[in-house]
Amino acid sequence: MAADYVDWLRREGRIAIVGASLAGLRAAETLRAEGFAGSLTMIGDEPYEPYDRPPLSKAVLLGKASPDHTDLPQRRDIDAKWRLGVAATGLDITAKRVRLSDGDEVEYDRLLIATGVRARPWPNEAEAGLDGVFVLRTRDDAVGLCRRLGAGARRVFVVGAGFAGSEVASACREHGMEVTVAERAGGPLVGALGGVIGAVAMDLQLENGVDLRTHVTVTALEGDSGGKVRAVHLSDESVVETDVVVVSLGSIRNTDWLAGSGLGAGPRGIATDAGCRAFDFRGIVTDDVFAAGDVARSPHPLFGYQFLSLEHWGNAVAQGETAAHNMICPATDRRPHMWMPAFWSSQFGVNIKSVGVPPMADEIMITQGSLTERRFAGVYGYKGRIVAAVTFNNAKWLEYYQRQIEQGAPFPVGYPTMDRRPEGRQPMPADFPDPSLPTHGPTVTLSGYSPADRRMVFTPAHH
Amino acid sequence: MRLVVDLNKCQGYAQCAFLAPDIFAMHGEESLIYDPLAHEEQLERLERAVAACPVQAITADGLDPRDGFLAGSDFVAGTGRESSDGR
Ligand SMILES: Cc1cc2nc3c(=O)[nH]c(=O)nc-3n(C[C@H](O)[C@H](O)[C@H](O)COP(=O)(O)OP(=O)(O)OC[C@H]3O[C@@H](n4cnc5c(N)ncnc54)[C@H](O)[C@@H]3O)c2cc1C
Ligand code: SF4
Repeated sequence: MAADYVDWLRREGRIAIVGASLAGLRAAETLRAEGFAGSLTMIGDEPYEPYDRPPLSKAVLLGKASPDHTDLPQRRDIDAKWRLGVAATGLDITAKRVRLSDGDEVEYDRLLIATGVRARPWPNEAEAGLDGVFVLRTRDDAVGLCRRLGAGARRVFVVGAGFAGSEVASACREHGMEVTVAERAGGPLVGALGGVIGAVAMDLQLENGVDLRTHVTVTALEGDSGGKVRAVHLSDESVVETDVVVVSLGSIRNTDWLAGSGLGAGPRGIATDAGCRAFDFRGIVTDDVFAAGDVARSPHPLFGYQFLSLEHWGNAVAQGETAAHNMICPATDRRPHMWMPAFWSSQFGVNIKSVGVPPMADEIMITQGSLTERRFAGVYGYKGRIVAAVTFNNAKWLEYYQRQIEQGAPFPVGYPTMDRRPEGRQPMPADFPDPSLPTHGPTVTLSGYSPADRRMVFTPAHH
Repeated sequence: MRLVVDLNKCQGYAQCAFLAPDIFAMHGEESLIYDPLAHEEQLERLERAVAACPVQAITADGLDPRDGFLAGSDFVAGTGRESSDGR
């Protein structure tokens, strides 16, 4: 019976994908590649075919790529009905219908939710609306920011030194602009990589001429009489004049449209089982609603079955592919989403890469190279195990550490490693900010507790 | 033609920057920067770069090495379509 349903679904079922970006596109390609012959509808509120975001804060700002030409290649013809420029506004999981902003409805047999996240706006609406205040998440954001930077902006103020903010600062410095960065924590990237690495990122910014202000918050954005931003006020009572403000305060999951749908969806995203099937609000798994990409959070066996939300490019690809596979295969052929978290960033000429889940760790060891040379590999430990690694200009070693994480290799690292320096013999505190304090910038959120953890500590989101 | 590089996989070997310098360039010691839109006159160089990348990190429209588009080439021969492990 169930097998008959899957056969039918594959032949003539209807699949809808909400969110026409990276995860949605890779899922659509996988559905077709694996033989789905039914009808496929791609619903996306942006008016564009899927495009790539990482270049927006790198190649695009550096002037090496055009902000409106970062479209993602399509590996195959997905033969979809595209509903672009239309938002999904509601979901009825009983009638299996998605409501659209233009009043239309799309019926489905299986649904994939891949609505991602949006940039957290500056909280004061009037100030956020000042001319010259930007966020950077979408193509339109990038077009606007590039136009302004190209039109003679000399001074740029970046609010928040997470990855995106630091990349913007880096690109603007390369163009010779004066750049000020304000960060609530003690250094850049500390939410994602901890204070030891944050200190390296801080030196990098200072050396490259960034006016970096840490342990401060922005209290107000000030406009001139023409409604154009002219200055930024800080909690230490200083005032910095500027032509452009880039607000880089992390992101908000796009789950608002699911309110009242009965799905287990909220500010932390959509909880799924390891097979990408969404939970309903009672914690019971659905069989026809799947989620993937930045909007999803799912349990990971390597990391104590914690629910991980990963705002990582590679996760969107892998989870989209796994969700698609599981949507159209018999139950016994389903695969768990067990992707090893990984991301990259490029700033101030340094290639930063990481695998695993750094914020889970309490200690770090620099196993190769040295922090001061900014060419090193560091491993993160938690309860006697390696749980993550980071490299600065040392990417070739990352795969080795990935294997170590997969094998549950012990921490501290006792064996000799190439180019080990005296400073790397002992572990030190990794120095992550208290997860209960408001911060931003981590690209991994741990939520939920691990059944293996006898203390049963609930780890709140690092928002 | 549209292209994307999986920079988790990319190891900075710079093969692509050597073969198609008008699309790919190294930025700093090991970061890769590229233009995601290749023009007509660049296609041949792009194809060569896709084929030459030692870790198959480059995907272009219809030029995904995992689909075996270069079935005749030694380098990708026998590479079936695997699911991405994201590296
Ligand atoms: C500037 C920038 C730089 C980045 N750099 C890196 C990097 O260096 N390394 C890395 O690993 N990751 C990076 N990322 C993260 C990476 O881009 C994301 O992880 C990836 O885009 C996630 O893909 P997704 O498909 O899950 O979600 P998204 O790309 O967010 O796509 C979701 C789509 O759904 C649409 N949508 C939302 N709500 C609705 C609705 N109700 N109806 C219809 N459509 C809707 C959205 O408009 C959007 O188009 C970067 C992101 C940005 C913004
Ligand atoms: S050839 Fe491949 S691995 Fe080398 S730099 Fe280019 S994309 Fe990266």
